Amino acid sequence: MLTAALRKEVLLQWRTRSQMMAVFVFGAAALLLFSFAVGPVAEMLRQFSAGFLWLGLLLSSTLTLAESYHAEMENRALEGLLLLPSDPRALYYGKAIANWLQLWILGVALTPVMVILYDAGTTRVLELVAVIGLGSAGLSAPGTLYAAMTAQVRSKQTLLPLLLFPLIVPALLASVKATSLLVLGDPMGQIRSWLMLLVAFDAIYWSLCGLLFGRVVEE
Amino acid sequence: MGSNPIIRVENVGRRYGRRWALADVNFEAREGSVIMVAGRNGSGKSTLFRVLATAIRPDRGRALVGGFNVVREREDVRKITALLSHYSYLYESLTARENLRVVAEHLGVGRPAVNNGLMAILERVNLAQRADDTVSTFSAGMRKRLSFARVLLQQPRVVMLDEPYGQLDPEGFVLVDEVVRELKAKGTTILMATHQLERGASLADDAVLLDAGRVIWSGSARDVLAKDRKREEAC
Repeated sequence: MLTAALRKEVLLQWRTRSQMMAVFVFGAAALLLFSFAVGPVAEMLRQFSAGFLWLGLLLSSTLTLAESYHAEMENRALEGLLLLPSDPRALYYGKAIANWLQLWILGVALTPVMVILYDAGTTRVLELVAVIGLGSAGLSAPGTLYAAMTAQVRSKQTLLPLLLFPLIVPALLASVKATSLLVLGDPMGQIRSWLMLLVAFDAIYWSLCGLLFGRVVEE
Repeated sequence: MGSNPIIRVENVGRRYGRRWALADVNFEAREGSVIMVAGRNGSGKSTLFRVLATAIRPDRGRALVGGFNVVREREDVRKITALLSHYSYLYESLTARENLRVVAEHLGVGRPAVNNGLMAILERVNLAQRADDTVSTFSAGMRKRLSFARVLLQQPRVVMLDEPYGQLDPEGFVLVDEVVRELKAKGTTILMATHQLERGASLADDAVLLDAGRVIWSGSARDVLAKDRKREEAC
């Protein structure tokens, strides 16, 4: 069932892939604008680079998460699937995994933009990709749940960030810290503890949101 | 046709805000029968179907489908029912074949069986030629046919058809009639809400007339036309 749900999500995302490009451009534009706020001070730009990357990804995520329910609501397709003898949790995890992969790819794609704009490179590329993956997981699990909650209301683009942002503060903080340590150096070996915190919050989000999804989408 | 009721609706009420869309609805449907549900717009036909298909919960009363309670045993109800709704339940960016495949895979049908069965169903609803076109390019009638195919794919014991003739051309009307007869021959119980009273009455065994969320008459489908005529005259 999970495979079926995931296959459907990947297919839907592939059919609307041009939108992914638009979201990437939005994220890159956000990174550029953040650099204007700091000014041409190379050291400060490097200092804030991790925070800016995650802010860019967070803002982009509200677009992709809300959009992931557009196809479901157009002809009430989600209701159609719920009326089949299918497990709502499988529908949730299919969508959450697809959103996670999308955000992960987006985060990795925005990293070179960060490196170029903020001169914030790192040699620990694989670890950075892993941190982006864990951080994206922390955004996508609650984001998929809240996007489902707000999908049927008129002001969903406003409501989704209002609900989502406070909830993901711990995961966001851990992601920024871990990324920052990779970019600026980690002489005290602190990254492990931030990663552990991120993994713990991911586990909480993914298990709780999966349990709550059925209640959110069913009347 | 069995004599056991496969659908039992007892004092079911459902409201939207302050307005009761269904108020104390009672009726039974025998297994394998075709029941026409008639009534004006807003009389509660769609709401009744949505309650029985577990899309919405009743605010009061009790409804059983196949012996399963639509509130407490909704998973079991969903295993034996299929709803042709006003909503098409289709993904616009997927093709006709992909839309059916999504349903088949969620039903747990194996991949080889899916590939073989989908084309047969698409042929049944005269959409085989457009199997690989996206739904966004379909007319309203073609969407309705594809929604019909979606229902057939589920092979349910109870089918609820909400305005099955809506948006269809005369050829589509004939298709609906044929499919209803085929399903009935297989022993499927069919609830059909329609404004095409003569057509519906020719297919149905029994009929239920709804008005303002209440059952105002139930009986043989043959008598429904006379009953409706009298009601029109009274209005």
